[in-house]
Amino acid sequence: MLAASAGVALARGMGQIDLRVPGSAPSARDGYGTDPDIIRTHAPGDFWPLTLTRAERRAVSALCDVIIPADDRSPSASALHVPDFIDEWISAPYAGHGADRTLVNAGLAWLDAESRRRYGSAFARATDAQRLELCEAMAPEAPPKSELELPSKFFRRVRNLTMVGFFTTPAGMKDLGYVGNVPLARFEGPPADLIARLGLADEVAW
Amino acid sequence: MAYITPASAKDPYDVIVIGSGAAGGQSAYTLTMEGARVLMLEAGRNYDPRSETPMFKTNDQAPLRSAGTPDKPFGYYDATIDGGWAVPGEPYTNASSERGRDFKWWRARMLGGRTNHWGRISLRNGPYDFKPRSRDGLGFDWPISYEDVAPYYDKVEMLIGVYGTNEGLENTPNSPEGVLLPPPKARIGELLARQRGRKLGIPVIPAHRALLSKALDHRGLPAKLHPGNAKAQRILTEDMQSRAACFWATDCGRGCAIRANYQSTTVHLPPAMATGNLDIVTDAMAREITVDASGKATGVAYIDRTTGTEHRARARVVVLAASACETVRLLLNSKSGAHPHGLGNSSGLVGKYIMDTVGASWGGQIPLLEGYPPHNEDGAGGLHVYTPWWLYKEQLAGKLGFARGYHVEFGTGRGMPGYGSYGDDSRGSTSYGRRLREEARRYYGSFVYFTGRGEMIPNEDSYCEIDPKVVDKWGIPVLRFHWKWSDHELRQVAHMQKTFADWIAEMGCTSPRRPGSDGSKVIEPGGSIIHEVGGTIMGADRAKSVTDAHSRTWDAPNVFVADGGVFASNADKNPTLTIMALAWRASDHILSEMRKGNL
Repeated sequence: MLAASAGVALARGMGQIDLRVPGSAPSARDGYGTDPDIIRTHAPGDFWPLTLTRAERRAVSALCDVIIPADDRSPSASALHVPDFIDEWISAPYAGHGADRTLVNAGLAWLDAESRRRYGSAFARATDAQRLELCEAMAPEAPPKSELELPSKFFRRVRNLTMVGFFTTPAGMKDLGYVGNVPLARFEGPPADLIARLGLADEVAW
Repeated sequence: MAYITPASAKDPYDVIVIGSGAAGGQSAYTLTMEGARVLMLEAGRNYDPRSETPMFKTNDQAPLRSAGTPDKPFGYYDATIDGGWAVPGEPYTNASSERGRDFKWWRARMLGGRTNHWGRISLRNGPYDFKPRSRDGLGFDWPISYEDVAPYYDKVEMLIGVYGTNEGLENTPNSPEGVLLPPPKARIGELLARQRGRKLGIPVIPAHRALLSKALDHRGLPAKLHPGNAKAQRILTEDMQSRAACFWATDCGRGCAIRANYQSTTVHLPPAMATGNLDIVTDAMAREITVDASGKATGVAYIDRTTGTEHRARARVVVLAASACETVRLLLNSKSGAHPHGLGNSSGLVGKYIMDTVGASWGGQIPLLEGYPPHNEDGAGGLHVYTPWWLYKEQLAGKLGFARGYHVEFGTGRGMPGYGSYGDDSRGSTSYGRRLREEARRYYGSFVYFTGRGEMIPNEDSYCEIDPKVVDKWGIPVLRFHWKWSDHELRQVAHMQKTFADWIAEMGCTSPRRPGSDGSKVIEPGGSIIHEVGGTIMGADRAKSVTDAHSRTWDAPNVFVADGGVFASNADKNPTLTIMALAWRASDHILSEMRKGNL
């Protein structure tokens, strides 16, 4: 349910409003409830316990940093605490999150086993080149072979969660060029040179 | 007068209003500003948007990056409290779980109800929309016309503040000069949709939304809205000055601490409270309308949700503003000797002809919009432009295969990144490392999303009734829904899909998904657009309707329905503005009848 909605809201505005998760399931008993304090800033672990083991956490951090390594514009995923978010996500008591928990646990087990089989060490202790090689195996351009279905599904899910976790942080938003969420005296609309470049000057009627 | 407890109610009141959303807020406003003493019952808790709105909060400050959950289906920051598709302890049932036969019911349990979270799209019904049967032979005509409602559209727009323009398009009424506020400039993706839409013969014009693109004219408007009423003018002048203009940040769906957008709690209730004529009991779950031996209403029995105890309040008039389906439930649960089948139900039509809006969506990635220079596109939160239905003539000539139209809403641009902002799952990319970073920057903001919102024709198979077995945690019998789309809606949805796919291709999408022609596979479930209306439809004939042309039940002379229940059709135009206009009109009638001594 939750995974399926990831691709739904492709854009802002009504897209966001429409990001609904239909279903009449009752509230999870240990969730944040239907009237949480939405003014307060929350951190992973505030509402429900995190469940990744220390070893799993190391593997997730290493994997996140292959997916989003540091570059000249912003830090790596783990430096922005994305593994905390992934742990919060898979540990959440809501419907849909349980399936992600199962997938991530199984995927991490596969990853470590495969890393040990190939290189004799856990994924978190593998070299950068070895980690890249394993990611390449999980993320082939062509549809995966049947024995790689689980790793491929696992990789896509962690990749998506890493993106969500990363690009919602202040550094991630800045990286993308999101410059909103500030009060303005006037809404200026798009810059004139962009309008001209796309040949849209005639459309500016108000 | 103020927020009170059940014990401190000073009844009898002139009017009890059940519900505090668009209908309840407007009713309480109109009645109290003109001097009536009103008791408002709200099933949810008290709520103050000034202190409870998460202004400027970012998604990383919320659990799960604010992604939707069963507790908060529209995301953590959505204003809805104690609501969603399920309310704990307050079930509803469906007669069928088959796809296309079930109904989803969004509720909120809070002061201001669902006005706190809606999209603020405020479109007038046009002349055709009040007389659809006369035009195409389907559904029902209303007993009133556009001309009857137009003065109330004017008043509501002046009171709440609506931005937009007058374009003079067919069945898309203009507002009088000076009523609408200036629309915000279109975003870059909206301009591109406008240009490419023209090639397909589809107009794109400024949306009409209920938020202050500039401060209201507090010098001119109060006298227009309350002529000859110095006290009301003074209160409204002060209140309009205390509403700030939009500062173009924070989605309206979170509510608005500066009261720039319309919510019942930002616009209707503050001045109504300032009159001293309004008492509000929150956590008051109405159970039954009490009646005397003649069948006339005497008041309301309600349950204090904080203690579980039952209370009664008395009034000369009862106004139902609980939302279309909750009003049906209350009427059907109000059985008495005079009303053996439920109050207002002598026609057997209470609960019949429930309509939602028809919905379907289609999106795509637009290479032309990749990597444009960063600039602030938050704007008014939601859409700045929309497409009104444009094929009235072709439709009337029978060329389309479905009888009623739809409008189009757009999602474009670089909103605050959140769960679901990237579209990667649907694109199937498995990139990582440097390539992922490059793709994310390039694609961010390059997606467009088209949403169709269409008219559903009322039918015999879409209705609600009391479930004979299920009660809520207060012991009150609950609703059971029945649902069925007709071919008109399914073909309409197929038309939406094809139009959107063509449009997206025209905008240069290089990897369009092609739609199928089977509307039943893509139509959103009944109720899921949260525009449910009908169930107590108004009409000219008491055997064929529940309420008369003034929204009064045919069976009880002092019971009125102010919410969307009275809609005899559900035009593609979002219903909230019309709910408010009709509520104001019904309240004017109540005041007039009270002055004449008839109520």
